[in-house]
Amino acid sequence: MLKAFDEFLKHPSEWLRGAGPVSDIVMSSRIRLARNLEKFPFATRATAASQVEVFKVVKDGLMHSVTLKQPLILEIRELDEVDRQFLVERHLVSREHIVHADHKAVAIGQGEVISVMINEEDHLRIQVMQSGMNLRDAWSIIDALDDELSEALPYAYSTDWGYLTCCPTNTGTGMRASVMVHLPSLVLTKQINKVLHTITKLGLTARGLYGEGTEASGNFFQISNQVSLGRSEEELIENIERILKEVIHQEQAGRESLLSNSRTQLEDRVWRAFGILKHAKTMSSNEALDLLSAVRLGVDLGLMAPNGGSPSSGNGMDRTKVNELFLFSQPAHLQKLEGKALTAKERDTKRAQLIRSKLGGQG
Amino acid sequence: MSMLCELCKQAQATVHLTEIINEQMTELHLCEACANQKGAQVESHFGLSDMLSGLADFQKTPEAEATETKACPMCGMTYEDFRKVGRLGCAQCYQTFKSSLGSLLKRIHGSPIHLGKSPARLVKPSKTKTELVELKKKLDRAIEKEEFEEAARLRDQIRRMEQQQHEQQLKHKARKDAEGI
Repeated sequence: MLKAFDEFLKHPSEWLRGAGPVSDIVMSSRIRLARNLEKFPFATRATAASQVEVFKVVKDGLMHSVTLKQPLILEIRELDEVDRQFLVERHLVSREHIVHADHKAVAIGQGEVISVMINEEDHLRIQVMQSGMNLRDAWSIIDALDDELSEALPYAYSTDWGYLTCCPTNTGTGMRASVMVHLPSLVLTKQINKVLHTITKLGLTARGLYGEGTEASGNFFQISNQVSLGRSEEELIENIERILKEVIHQEQAGRESLLSNSRTQLEDRVWRAFGILKHAKTMSSNEALDLLSAVRLGVDLGLMAPNGGSPSSGNGMDRTKVNELFLFSQPAHLQKLEGKALTAKERDTKRAQLIRSKLGGQG
Repeated sequence: MSMLCELCKQAQATVHLTEIINEQMTELHLCEACANQKGAQVESHFGLSDMLSGLADFQKTPEAEATETKACPMCGMTYEDFRKVGRLGCAQCYQTFKSSLGSLLKRIHGSPIHLGKSPARLVKPSKTKTELVELKKKLDRAIEKEEFEEAARLRDQIRRMEQQQHEQQLKHKARKDAEGI
């Protein structure tokens, strides 16, 4: 196991802090920029030699960055399967980045706010994450870093089409700004499909917890811009913010209506979820996500507060704790905590045990 | 509750993939081994990029057909290759397949004109200045010829560059100040 990861394990990632604007609904905000070096072939036509060279040039640029302050640089092929998955669960690398590991790397900045994938689909995939609804801060951090890197690294760029990327869906700004939202009331009230359908018509797209192709489990959705060309970065961000505001408003209205019309049923759902989490002996990650989602809703609505619900068992539940459980009950995190590889069955037992211990249940 | 992997039909499915595209949900239930093996394949199977080949088929102008037989001088990719994988081979490809890509980019993004930031090294004030003068000349000509769509585009581009220039100056100043401290 990698030493650096011990440190990571002690702290939840920045995006899980559970702080920042509207953090009861918005878990985190993320911006990524796709960049390529002009003289080197893209991933589709890359040779081993060209990728080695790209890695060298980019690494050098990153190590000299004032913004990054000596990032931790990890070569993916040197990591075992669990370590790779661990990075995915922390949103530091994409799932594709760990599949064919040769010549791929990731640079991780202080506090896991900034990470840069090297030799992914594009030579650089720069990413900044923030807690809560905070695309603005994410943008100013990534904009400054990108400016700094662009002085050292000759980016592939055309005045007409902007940053040239491997896939034409990223051409232009190369930017994907995304916000991870927790929308349990829209799911419960069966409004979610309508909402998702509407946002796709407005130039946005919705995905599951771990990006493209993943299931929207735990009522979490990643909402991001679909187009990257023809609008400035600020305009794209404003568009997401404007539409997100409406989605958040809908979710809030849904929560209020649940509280006033079916409070008992809602409380029942939340406390049943809490009960199962506190006492179960085995639990799949999907079940954990769904139950934690219900408990998170309970926390956000004040149903779990010492004087709100049942005082004895509700104590100590807060958003940060729920967020931490979301992360630590993921497969690789469980295996990290255990210090060895586990089968799916063993993980389910370990997961239930971890959650029980965090919620004050019995051994 | 337990379900068999849809691929090998032997192991228990523990990985469940779903994507919602225009309200259509597609689900895949796989065992760990098959999911790992499929890995990125599953991903790209659902991605927008897969639809690119479909999109790229629409246009058949003579200009576009000429593009298609050409190979990129830098990486050797042909438009046919691009159509298969939905990914370009290098920065030069954008130049090589300019006409076909222009209409493709317009279809994907709704506009083929970059309005975002530029690399810091290109935003040297002097260069921007000469570009701005050129653009303003073009704008005057467009208005004269009553090409209003073109004029609006140029006007936006001028505004953007002026704003960028302003921001860049502020940033340079901020950095100078920071270095001073």
